Amino acid sequence: MNQMTDNAVYAGGFSNPPVASAHAFRAAMNAMARPGMVQEITGATPPEGISLAAGSLLLTLCDPETGVFLAPDVDSDALRGWLTFHTGAPIVAAEEADFALGGWDALMPLDRFPIGTAEYPDRSTTLIVEVAGFDAPNATLSGPGIKDTAQIALPDPAACAGNAMLYPLGVDFFFTSGTQVAALPRSTQIRAEA
Amino acid sequence: MSDYNFAYLDEQTKRMIRRAILKGLAVPGYQVPFASREMPMPYGWGTGGVQVSAATLTPEDTFKVIDQGADDTTNAVSIRKFFERTAGVATTEETEKASVIQTRHRIPEAELTEDQILVYQVPIPEPLRFLEPRETETRKMHALQEYGLMHVKLYEDISQHGAIATSYAYPVKVSDRYVMDPSPIPKFDNPKMEMAAIQLFGAGREQRIYAVPPYTSVVSLDFEDYPFEASKADHPCDLCAAEDSYLDEVILDDAGNRMFVCSDTDYCRSRREAGHVGRLGEEAAA
Repeated sequence: MNQMTDNAVYAGGFSNPPVASAHAFRAAMNAMARPGMVQEITGATPPEGISLAAGSLLLTLCDPETGVFLAPDVDSDALRGWLTFHTGAPIVAAEEADFALGGWDALMPLDRFPIGTAEYPDRSTTLIVEVAGFDAPNATLSGPGIKDTAQIALPDPAACAGNAMLYPLGVDFFFTSGTQVAALPRSTQIRAEA
Repeated sequence: MSDYNFAYLDEQTKRMIRRAILKGLAVPGYQVPFASREMPMPYGWGTGGVQVSAATLTPEDTFKVIDQGADDTTNAVSIRKFFERTAGVATTEETEKASVIQTRHRIPEAELTEDQILVYQVPIPEPLRFLEPRETETRKMHALQEYGLMHVKLYEDISQHGAIATSYAYPVKVSDRYVMDPSPIPKFDNPKMEMAAIQLFGAGREQRIYAVPPYTSVVSLDFEDYPFEASKADHPCDLCAAEDSYLDEVILDDAGNRMFVCSDTDYCRSRREAGHVGRLGEEAAA
């Protein structure tokens, strides 16, 4: 690593952590409480290769108590260094991950992530999936948090519907693009658009 | 204000609570364990609600606290002051102006909106606890959706009293999966739980957080022949004449005189300001 990337590791954190993380969490909570609704989330400037939204989620939710899995498409020395410096989160295998970050294809197969246990369904992975955008909805959502129905663009509606079948077990998704985030908890029913 | 980290709690604690809130929202009605902290107030005074509020507040929020519907009781006043001092947030007594509302044992009468968050203080989060004291067993019962015992309890109410006598902390089933304790709100409030706002529940001593996202089905348990009934005292409010609000009964003297007043003080105040006058209204205003 040269001097420039060394310095980049220390940059890009929240400028005022208590306030920035409160704002970022509000966006994340609104996203999780209202599946499919896109929220603005900012605050962090992560290394090249991952979105501001994903970086802000990581800084808001990760710390030494949470294992993070980095999919091969986002995994880099720069990101590992940045994540370690700012959160102290250990980098772990997918099978032990509390959080997982990457593009959809690089994160697959889905069934390697913890889905919780019948008695502790909360012990499951939260996937932060980098997507191109939210402009082309291909799935209709219904369930808790959704008044009637909501539309969202999903990388693989069938796989997400399969995850919902496991309810109350299953993983939960954040989808991130630029400064935007939307969420898909396991409680949401998914119908693929024809 | 500068003597404290924003909203009192340290960042690591807030992250832990925030993760629990997100999992709670993903599995509505399921009680997520969390590492509850000691707060500068005793258990039973809303330490769970305070921790959830602390992890949820942003500096731009307007905060309201009610205790049994009232903004001006000891518990509400001290929690409101706590966050004025440690988070510097604006506070209000008006339900419509609040973005985060912490409540002990009531849901405001005014309908909440999508821009609001309701934080409940919960003493005993486990609805099955008084039927089965062992945590290992209640956890299994939730896992297996084995809720027969709760129906037996409601049935015993009927066999002893002729009706379901449970009048507060009335058990609900959330999103057709988990039976949940709505905290000791009167059952009058149960139907309001299908609302537009986010509902978060914090139990400090018992170390549990749970949540109900907006527009989630919340069904009060009942029987076909003994349907759930959201009951209240059969009177209008003696101050504002409201017929639709939950009432407190106040003993006035030792001669048997009593009055009924809205438990939601903000609702009652706004109605009186709008010119509604109850049986004893003018007397009280003077």
